[in-house]
Amino acid sequence: MAKISSEKLNSKIPEGPLAEKWTNYKAHQKLVNPANKRNLDIIVVGTGLAGASAAASLGAMGFNVLNFCIQDSPRRAHSIAAQGGINAAKNYQNDGDSVYRLFYDTIKGGDYRAREANVHRLAEVSGAIIDQCVAQGVPFAREYGGLLANRSFGGAQVSRTFYARGQTGQQLLLGAYSALNYQANLGKVKLYTRYEMLDVVVIDGRARGIIARNLVTGKIERFAAHAVVIATGGYGNAYFLSTNAMGSNGSAALQCYRKGAVFANPCFAQIHPTCIPVHGDKQSKLTLMSESLRNDGRIWVPKKLEDAKALQAGKKRASDIPDEDRDFYLERRYPAFGNLVPRDVASRAAKERCDKGFGVNNTGLAVFLDFKYAIQRLGKEVVKQRYGNLFDMYEEITDVSPYEEPMMIFPAIHYTMGGIWVDYELQTSIPGLFAIGEANFSDHGANRLGASALMQGLADGYFVLPYTMQNYLADQIQVPRFSTDAPEFVAAEKAVNDKIAKLMAIKGKRSVDSIHKELGHIMWEYVGMARTKESLETAIKKLAEVEKTFWSELRIPGEASSLNVELEKALRLLDFIEVGKLMAYDALNREESCGGHFREEHQTEEGEAKRDDENFSYVACWKYTGEGNEPELIKEDLNYQYTKVQTRNYKN
Amino acid sequence: MWLLKSSVGKKVIMSVSGMALILFLLFHMSMNLVALFSGDAYNMICEFLGANWYALVATAGLAALVVVHFVYAFILTIQNKKARGAQPYAYTAKPKEVEWASQNMFVLGVIVLLGLVLHLYNFWAKMQLVEVMHMLGADVCTQNATNGTYHIAQTFGSPVYVVLYIVWLVALWFHLTHGFWSALQTLGWNNQVWFNRWRCIGNVVATIIILGFMSVVLCYFGRSLCAGACC
Amino acid sequence: MDKNISFNLKVWRQRGPKEQGKFVTYPMKDIPGDTSFLEMLDILNEDLINKGEEPIVFDHDCREGICGMCSLYVNGHPHGPATGATTCQLYMRRFNDGDTITVEPWRSAAFPVIRDLMVDRSAFDKIQQAGGYVSINTGGIPDANAIPIPKDIAEEAMDAAACIGCGACVSACKNGSAMLFVSAKVSQFALLPQGKAEAARRAKSMVAKMDELGFGNCTNTRACEAECPKCISISNIARLNREFIKAKLKD
Repeated sequence: MAKISSEKLNSKIPEGPLAEKWTNYKAHQKLVNPANKRNLDIIVVGTGLAGASAAASLGAMGFNVLNFCIQDSPRRAHSIAAQGGINAAKNYQNDGDSVYRLFYDTIKGGDYRAREANVHRLAEVSGAIIDQCVAQGVPFAREYGGLLANRSFGGAQVSRTFYARGQTGQQLLLGAYSALNYQANLGKVKLYTRYEMLDVVVIDGRARGIIARNLVTGKIERFAAHAVVIATGGYGNAYFLSTNAMGSNGSAALQCYRKGAVFANPCFAQIHPTCIPVHGDKQSKLTLMSESLRNDGRIWVPKKLEDAKALQAGKKRASDIPDEDRDFYLERRYPAFGNLVPRDVASRAAKERCDKGFGVNNTGLAVFLDFKYAIQRLGKEVVKQRYGNLFDMYEEITDVSPYEEPMMIFPAIHYTMGGIWVDYELQTSIPGLFAIGEANFSDHGANRLGASALMQGLADGYFVLPYTMQNYLADQIQVPRFSTDAPEFVAAEKAVNDKIAKLMAIKGKRSVDSIHKELGHIMWEYVGMARTKESLETAIKKLAEVEKTFWSELRIPGEASSLNVELEKALRLLDFIEVGKLMAYDALNREESCGGHFREEHQTEEGEAKRDDENFSYVACWKYTGEGNEPELIKEDLNYQYTKVQTRNYKN
Repeated sequence: MWLLKSSVGKKVIMSVSGMALILFLLFHMSMNLVALFSGDAYNMICEFLGANWYALVATAGLAALVVVHFVYAFILTIQNKKARGAQPYAYTAKPKEVEWASQNMFVLGVIVLLGLVLHLYNFWAKMQLVEVMHMLGADVCTQNATNGTYHIAQTFGSPVYVVLYIVWLVALWFHLTHGFWSALQTLGWNNQVWFNRWRCIGNVVATIIILGFMSVVLCYFGRSLCAGACC
Repeated sequence: MDKNISFNLKVWRQRGPKEQGKFVTYPMKDIPGDTSFLEMLDILNEDLINKGEEPIVFDHDCREGICGMCSLYVNGHPHGPATGATTCQLYMRRFNDGDTITVEPWRSAAFPVIRDLMVDRSAFDKIQQAGGYVSINTGGIPDANAIPIPKDIAEEAMDAAACIGCGACVSACKNGSAMLFVSAKVSQFALLPQGKAEAARRAKSMVAKMDELGFGNCTNTRACEAECPKCISISNIARLNREFIKAKLKD
């Protein structure tokens, strides 16, 4: 059993009815006057949707912003790869959408493990995000009448998803990037590209700066500010193979964790149902096929085991199997939502079929996503217009045309709902340290709905943090700029240098990637889509072994004092191992199945997840207790006052 | 001044001067065609465009256009070389959409310029220049100064000149096929629909110009052969 | 099923911006056809590390063709011989057994080499900062449907906005011109009502910044368009020219 801390966390949820909390907060919060804003510095780490929108908005308000990213340009952040769309409760389609419904869908989709007040606020500001983006010149899809178009997405019965072809994330990020450029041109935001944060500096209990490595020169540098914002995304790459970018990492969040920020719900990782299946051991990443494909594609495996065997052996093709022998298992199991069930449900259903031997490719780990019916219904041209670029991408990778043969898909790690714990103000348990976007844990509970990540990132950056940040900084206007010569900075820099020196001194025989693959394998095998007590205990043991391997066998060629990609990767891997352990501890502690977390011990006869609201309706927050020690658990109870907690039902 | 300083401005200068030169070529070519039908009529034109004030002004303007077009081509090419960087690619491949002419405009331009020098030596120096020098009091023989037909027959009676002129005209054709639509593109008068139309129109214009000039060259060369054979 | 192929990889190695670079040839054995080009480099790097050598440095991130980070000049083509695809979307099945594959960095004076195949493209950010935006702050925005935009205009703006800022246009251009990149952004905003208000200002300042940073002059060779992984059209360049000339004539 996890060691339970006696500490309490204050989530600072404002008083009043749910729908009025945010309005009340804004009405009563403290503000900073323009003359004082000029004297306050804010560090924003990360330039994805959350980071760029926050940096731009804070800059526009008059603060001095220092914005960091590890890539060569802010525009490269992995938000750019989001394909499908962004949700907003605009009700432009007159199909019964409302702020409450978006709130409710998100809470329900998150399997009742998210905070009501945060989610309601998210739904409230969702409409303004679309307004903001349109004003920035984001070319959303439109109808012939000139108004915005919508599509439907998993987990909802309304059409509330706004999109820009299959490149919505790109267009939204470029919108935020343009806002960032505007502020950079005005001198309100200073950009530090190819810089990686390696530690957060805490002075008198407050976050006051960061230590970062210039990735080109290898120089370790200190940066001071009145507040620090972490917007560095999730830690899905702990699995090595994921849909995340190669550089996506959870290191910044883990450094905050080591400095005392508690880490919430690490075990909630989302497995995306529509990825291109793994093809070999040299593969570096998994490519996502947008969830929007599920709007028109039908998912199936053969009904007969012998057909599946023939497909696996390459003796039959999908088209050889007649309709009556196809098992459209999502439509069969979930008639009301069919192919549009939430991601966790769709992923587990695919795994269930493949585990029973019905997988359709040579590894037996794939199901079909078939557009034959859509082409029959809509015509090839319409399908091409909707999904053309995704089909081309699929064909380029697999050499198979989805117009001719169904796509093969399989679930893969995609998003981490867990992250740094934050209160209603998006402030972590370290004052002055904020976390936004995927890096925090706040809004998606145990499972995120499609097209909600973009919504949350931008909501945090454009419309939440700029308010709550002022509430914090209003007390800080008397605090002069910190000198980076403060002993805390010196100590933090020394710790970073020592760590790097220790890594360089291992001089073993194995590359970072080879150890990372080993980690990924353990994570997928034992902390993956279906977990058991034994698998998690095994994982904890094996992770300790990987850590030992890391510290004894790692080889980093080159020197630390210049560009060194292997060193960058090694530093991140160390944190992936740490977060892997956290995930395993958390998954072991959570004796229930909910959302992205599925414990085989806790399922119904039909194989559906069995949640335990009695004992686990809380946010599991983990506190670092030192190198090599087990973390302590702090529980933040979730009280559902405005939604009736019920078993998720996508059947009818 | 944006025309002189900005990259787009400099290219506007190239485009406008280039377009003006294309108009001149069309005019020159039409004039030459007269020589196919009547040597006397052609000589009348030559007289008309001799050392008269309007012809001299036009010549000066024309010369200015050529100089501007070439000087800016030179400046832009130098800048472009610099922008490309010191280290060349070890392996290059030309995508099929890229016209050969478009990547060799400067070289083609130099060939055209050399041809022009030859052309000036063959005709202008013996015609308008002689008249001008005569007017300035120099002791030159003006007997054939307006006898364009005579000079055409003289020049294109020589196979060497014929070959040189053909090379020159072919280079000019390549230069014009790219130059025409490129000028319109630079001036902003292009879009996805007009792109192919302009290219087609450009090819037609270039071909008409070159065929017009070439017909005179070949016709007079043919006549010289005939004359030789007859004699 | 894809075959395995063996080939020679001729890679540009350069320690730093000021140092002399050179080609090094690495023999590659039995690489499966469904390996992506970057995964093939991963395999080579793994080998190099195991031998105690320094791996080849190259930029890459999303590996799904959208971040614009990967930037290899493969066999004379930016992003390799495939059309409409980035380097990360290039698969080894496109090559033949026994080939020699030449890999170079983007070469352009405005993109200095940082190391090996990694170049500095911060000039692109600087151009965007000069005017690649609509000058608005957060909030106080009218409803998203307040201004209808004809579908075809929105689509054309989207065509231009699809640019991933990888720099293939510059690397393909014999003049090292960034016109396609600049024009894509200018076009996107010039087409949309939201961007029209400052269209003239934007065209002028972005072109001025582009010139200042040492990019070359466009001579309409169309190499950029042919090599662009997102197939951005040069009709955007015509629009940029139009916007720029119009703006200057108005002054």
